Amino acid sequence: MKVKSIVVAAAVAAAFASPAAFAQAKEQFFPSLVYRTGPYAPNGIPFANGFADYLKLINARDGGINGVKITFEECETGYATDKGVECYERLKGKGPTGATVFQPLSTGITFALTDKSFNDHIPIITAGYGRADSVDGTVFAWNFPLGGTYWDAADMLVQFVGKKEGGLDKLKGKKIALVYHDSPYGKEPIALLEERRKMHGYQLMLLPVTHPGVEQKATWLQIRQQRPDYVFLWGWGVMNSTALKEAVATGYPREKMYGVWWSGAEPDVAPVGEGAKGYNALVFLAPAGQGQVHKDIIKYVYDKGQGTGKKEDIGDVLYNRGLVSVMMAVEGVRRAHIKYGKRPLKGEEVRWGLENLAIDEAAIKRLGFAGFMTPVSTSCVNHEGDAQARIHTWDGKKWVVQPGVYHADTSILKPMIRASAEKYAAEKKITKRDCAKEAG
Amino acid sequence: MLYRENGQFKSTYASDQQMLPIAQDRVFMVLLLAFAFIGVPLVTSDYVFLSLLIPFLILTLAAIGLNLLVGYCGQISIGHAAFMAVGAYAAYNLVLRVPQLNFLVVLLLAGLIAAVIGVLFGIPSLRIKGLYLAVATLAAQFFSDWMFARVKWFTNYAHSGSVQTAPIELFGWTVETPVEKYLFLLAVLVVFTLVAKNLVRGHIGREWMAMRDMDVAAEVIGIRPVYAKLTAFAVSAFYCGVAGALWGFVYLGSWEPLAFNLNLSLNLLFMIIIGGMGSLLGSYFGAAFIVALPILLDQVPIWLGVPISTATSAHLALMIFGALIVFFLIVEPHGLARLWAIGKEKLRLWPFPH
Repeated sequence: MKVKSIVVAAAVAAAFASPAAFAQAKEQFFPSLVYRTGPYAPNGIPFANGFADYLKLINARDGGINGVKITFEECETGYATDKGVECYERLKGKGPTGATVFQPLSTGITFALTDKSFNDHIPIITAGYGRADSVDGTVFAWNFPLGGTYWDAADMLVQFVGKKEGGLDKLKGKKIALVYHDSPYGKEPIALLEERRKMHGYQLMLLPVTHPGVEQKATWLQIRQQRPDYVFLWGWGVMNSTALKEAVATGYPREKMYGVWWSGAEPDVAPVGEGAKGYNALVFLAPAGQGQVHKDIIKYVYDKGQGTGKKEDIGDVLYNRGLVSVMMAVEGVRRAHIKYGKRPLKGEEVRWGLENLAIDEAAIKRLGFAGFMTPVSTSCVNHEGDAQARIHTWDGKKWVVQPGVYHADTSILKPMIRASAEKYAAEKKITKRDCAKEAG
Repeated sequence: MLYRENGQFKSTYASDQQMLPIAQDRVFMVLLLAFAFIGVPLVTSDYVFLSLLIPFLILTLAAIGLNLLVGYCGQISIGHAAFMAVGAYAAYNLVLRVPQLNFLVVLLLAGLIAAVIGVLFGIPSLRIKGLYLAVATLAAQFFSDWMFARVKWFTNYAHSGSVQTAPIELFGWTVETPVEKYLFLLAVLVVFTLVAKNLVRGHIGREWMAMRDMDVAAEVIGIRPVYAKLTAFAVSAFYCGVAGALWGFVYLGSWEPLAFNLNLSLNLLFMIIIGGMGSLLGSYFGAAFIVALPILLDQVPIWLGVPISTATSAHLALMIFGALIVFFLIVEPHGLARLWAIGKEKLRLWPFPH
C-alpha cells in the first residue's frame, strides 16, 4: 500500500503542476487522441499528422483563431478504449478553459466518451465514425458525427450497388457479404443493412473478423464457397490490406468489393499494389490530393521545419480527413467567438458554435478547402449536417474519384435514429433537450 | 526500534488468532484506512481518481479473486476475464429487466451467477492439473467472448453490441462523482478483503492450501478434492463477477465484449504473479503495479519537459515497463508482497540486526 501512496503523491503533484502555468494565457487547448503505435498505426499516423499540421498552420499563418493561440497535446491511445478514456481524463482539464473538443478517431472510444460527455460538457466530434444515432442532438447533446455516420455509409453503398444492378428492386435474391471488424465500429452498419434487407430482399452474410484482423482465412473460405455478389468491407488498419490480399488469394474480383470510407486510404491498398486494382471505397469530405490549404501548410509549417510528418505524405486520404476533421472544430470555435467574444472558450460555448456551423461553398473556398469538402450546416436537433459521399476506385497507383454523389435516404434513417436515441435515453435515464426553448 | 512486538503478550485465544497480531500493524492499518477514506478524497484530483484509483480498486478485487484460486488453491486460470464479463453482463441484465432491485443485491446476484459459471468451468480441474488446466480455462475466455458478442439477448439487442448503464443508485444516493465512486468502491473492497482474509484463515482456506501443496497428501488426510477445488473456483469467480460488474457500471459506464478479452485475463494473472501468489496484499501491489505504472511512465517525459514524439514515448513506456517486470521478478520471484514481508522482518531487527 506504500506504493499506492507514492503513486497518489506523484500524480497529485503532476495534476497540480500543469494547469497553473497556463492560468491567464489567451489560449485554446485542443486535445489530440492519436494512435501512432500498434496495429492501427498505419492509419492513425496520417490522420494525426493532418490534425497537428492544421493547428500549427492556424497558429503560424493567422496567429491563432481570432488572435487566440492554439495549444495542443497528443496522447497515445493505441486504439484501445481503456487507454483512450485515460487520455481523455488526462487532457480534459488542460488549458485555461479545459479541452475544446475531443476527436478520438475510434468508435469504441467514442462510445465510452459519450457516456462521460453528459457530466463533463465537452463536445466530441466524430467525423464519419462514432454512434449513428448521435445525429440526434436532443439526446446526444455533445456528440457531433459531422459529415456522415455508418448508417449513411451503409445506405449509400446499398444505393450504389442497387444502381449498378439497374434499380434497388433488382437486388432481390442477390447476396451481399459484410466483412466487418468485430467491434462497435464494424457492427454499427448491420442495423441499417438489415433494415434495407427487409425492403429489398437481398441476402446478407455477416462475416466478423476479430481484432486486429490479420487472420481472415476462414472468412474468405466462406466467401469462396458462397460466392456473394458483393462484399462490403468494414475494416480498419491492417485488416483492410489483409482482406484485399485474401481476396487476391481466393480470386474474388476486387471490382465487386466496396469499402466504407475508413477502408479506402493509401495504407489499405498500397501493400497489395496492383492486386488491389479495381477495389472501390466510399470517400466522404476529403479525397486524396492537394489544394490551397496544403500549399499553405507546406509554406508556413513544413518550409520552416515544423512539419509533423513527411512532406510527401501531405494530401493522403487520411491526412486530408485529419485536416478537415480539425478544421470543423476550429470553425466551431470561430463561430462561437461571434456569440461569446474572441476569448478562450469553454466546452459549452464551443458546442454552441458546433451546433450553428454554417460552412458553405464560399467558406470552403476561403479556407482553402475547395474540392476537399462539402458544405456542412448543423443545428441543435441535427448534429450531423448533410451526409454525402462519392465512390473512388484504386487504379493500382492512386485513388480515382468516380462521378456521382450519394446521399443517404433520410426517410429510412430518421425513424431508426429516433428509435435508437430514445432507447439510449431510457437506458441512461437522460432528459432530452428542448431545442426550441434553448433557441428562444 | 519502533517496529517491535516485545512486551505484547497474548493471553487469550482471540488475541492469538486476530488478523493483525502486532499492535503497530493495527495502528498502521487504522491510519491507512483513515487516510484512504478521508485523506485521499481531500487531496486528490479527478484525473487520479478516474484513471488510477478507480481501476486500481476494481482490478485489485479481481486480482484477489484470481489469487484465491491460483495462489491459494494452486489451480492456474487464464480465463478469469470471462467471469468478470459474466458478472458485468449479469448485472446489466438484472438492472435492465428487474429495475427495482437494489444495486448491492444486483452485485451479489451477479457474483453468484459468475460463481455458477465458475464451477462449471472448474469441473475439468478435477481431472487435469497445472498447465493443462490453464489451457482448459482458456475455453471459458473464448466461450464468453463468443457468447456476449453473438447472443444478442445479453446486450439487449444493441445494434453495435455495446451496452451502456445509468449511474448506480443506493438507497437514494447516486454514485456519480469520482469521489463518490471511489468511496463506494473502497468500501466494497474493504469488505471483500476482510471476507477473503477470513476465508483463507479458516478451514476452507486451509483445504485450498493443502490441495495446492500436494493434492494426493491432502486427499489422504481427508480433504475432498471435488469440494476444495470447486469451492475455490466458485469463490474466485464470485469475486471476479462482482469486480466485473463494478468495472462495467462504475468504471466504464458503457462497454463492449472486447473490454473483457484475453488481455484482461493475462493482466490479472500478471498482477498476482508480480504482486505475490497466495497473498492478499500481493493482489494490491500487483494491481497498483499493472494499472498505475504504464500510465505514470507514459507521462514522465511530459513532466520532465523532454520533447519526444508521442510514438517514441509510448514505445519507451512499454520497454521500461517490461524491463521493470523482469527486474522485480529477478530480485524477488515471490512477488512484491514478499519484498514487503522481508522489509518488515528487517524492520523488526533494526537497528541491531545481530
